Amino acid sequence: MNSFFKYFSEIFHGVKSLLTGMKVTGRYFFSPGEIVTQQYPENRKTLKMYDRFKGEVIMPHNERNEHRCTGCGICETSCPNGSIEILQAKIDMPDGKKKRIIDKHIYHLSMCTFCGLCIKSCPSDALAWGQEFEHAVFDRAKLTKILNKPGSSIIKDIVE
Amino acid sequence: MNFSLYDFTPFNQWIDKFLHSHMSSFWAVAVEMTIIGLAILLFYALVGLFLVYAERKVCAFMQNRVGPNRVGPYGFFQTIADFIKLMLKELVHIKNADQLLFNLAPFIIIIASFMAIAAIPFAKGLHAIDFDIGILYVIAVSSLGVVGILLAGWSSNNKYSLIGAMRSGAQIVSYELSVGLSLVTIIILAGTMQFSQIVEGQANGWFIFKGHIPAFIAFVIFLISSTAETNRGPFDLAEAESELTAGFHTEYSGIKFAFFFLAEYMNMFIVASIAATVFLGGWMPFHMGGWAAFNHIMDFIPPFIWYIGKTFFVIWLMMWFKWTFPRLRIDQLLTLEWKYLLPINLVNILIMAFVVLMGWHF
Repeated sequence: MNSFFKYFSEIFHGVKSLLTGMKVTGRYFFSPGEIVTQQYPENRKTLKMYDRFKGEVIMPHNERNEHRCTGCGICETSCPNGSIEILQAKIDMPDGKKKRIIDKHIYHLSMCTFCGLCIKSCPSDALAWGQEFEHAVFDRAKLTKILNKPGSSIIKDIVE
Repeated sequence: MNFSLYDFTPFNQWIDKFLHSHMSSFWAVAVEMTIIGLAILLFYALVGLFLVYAERKVCAFMQNRVGPNRVGPYGFFQTIADFIKLMLKELVHIKNADQLLFNLAPFIIIIASFMAIAAIPFAKGLHAIDFDIGILYVIAVSSLGVVGILLAGWSSNNKYSLIGAMRSGAQIVSYELSVGLSLVTIIILAGTMQFSQIVEGQANGWFIFKGHIPAFIAFVIFLISSTAETNRGPFDLAEAESELTAGFHTEYSGIKFAFFFLAEYMNMFIVASIAATVFLGGWMPFHMGGWAAFNHIMDFIPPFIWYIGKTFFVIWLMMWFKWTFPRLRIDQLLTLEWKYLLPINLVNILIMAFVVLMGWHF
């Protein structure tokens, strides 16, 4: 008798779970507003990428052309395929000491696998993900980018 | 000649008289058969192309996608482009394949579905051949397709093809039973196996409403088992693309592959139209007892539209199954048939016989 009830409860549970699944797909079918596909070349003007999207590595600058990079080189050592090169410079401080700053932060986009280890390992949060994704160019040299803008300096309150 | 969308019988008789008055009766019959064959062939190609497009669109909407939308408005000519591509493809010669059977298999499959479509009533008088054992004929003919599948799998000289064909054989042998028994349930209610009589019997209410509970159970069982019989998902383990690459049609290319593809969709159309004819009233309009004005408005819609609408509703249900449920394993497939569908079906026939005996149907 017990197995008799088990047989029917199995059928009802099976039907119930199948109907739950059909409810989901049925709702999607009748609500075309939920379609997530982007009509890319047509909506290029209005396309807005998501914050999580990994387009390229950028170095954010504030409005006074200041960045947060100290030139420590941790991103260079943590990059698994050597797409980052750090060129450092020494400047004379007012108190007579010499200080190490970044000269050029060279980023080879052509070698980058977008793993994000440089961004994760940066101690001063100088790097971030950019949302630009149209990287096609006619010359390979254009894929080598210098991330710190010319004439930029470090934000004063950064301590190493 | 009086042509009417509501009854094709006078139109058919007019063609018949016209042909007989101009040639001998042998040639008249030959010409009539050619006309019917060409009409069905045209219908077959159009419906096949449309179903592939519909499947891709329905699947896309159920997965929150857009689907084909580049070739023509809403991608409507996508399947025509695909068909042209398939026609131009090379027919790859398979080494050590049994050439005769290998080339014969696609034709067996397509002939089986072609023979089944002849017995389906599309509208009043639009009915190629009206057997008095129509349902038996359709069940018999549509199960011929499995011969083609087995031959395709066997002659390809490929392990994937053979495994796929064997699975398909086991599947069709089991599920044929459920298809037949669920139709028997309705035959008890209808009292006839002739398609035209079955449709006439639903003039004052479709069988799914007339037979209420047992008819509804039979309808659900028919949907499940006919989905399995046409090798469609979630029962598509004969061609399970993740395990068997493509199952029995792995080695086929070009137009021969297109035949398998077309036959799969046409089998779906055939079982859907049988479901529509037997359970949902075929070309009969929807009638409510006592609502004369409402019934009159329903009568105004041509029967062919009713038939197509119901068939596509059933096809949509089957597509809904395919794009919702995960594929069954072979043991789960056989468990579902032999331990669940078959006993329920047999009890259901008993209930239906009792309902008909006591006159509890409408």
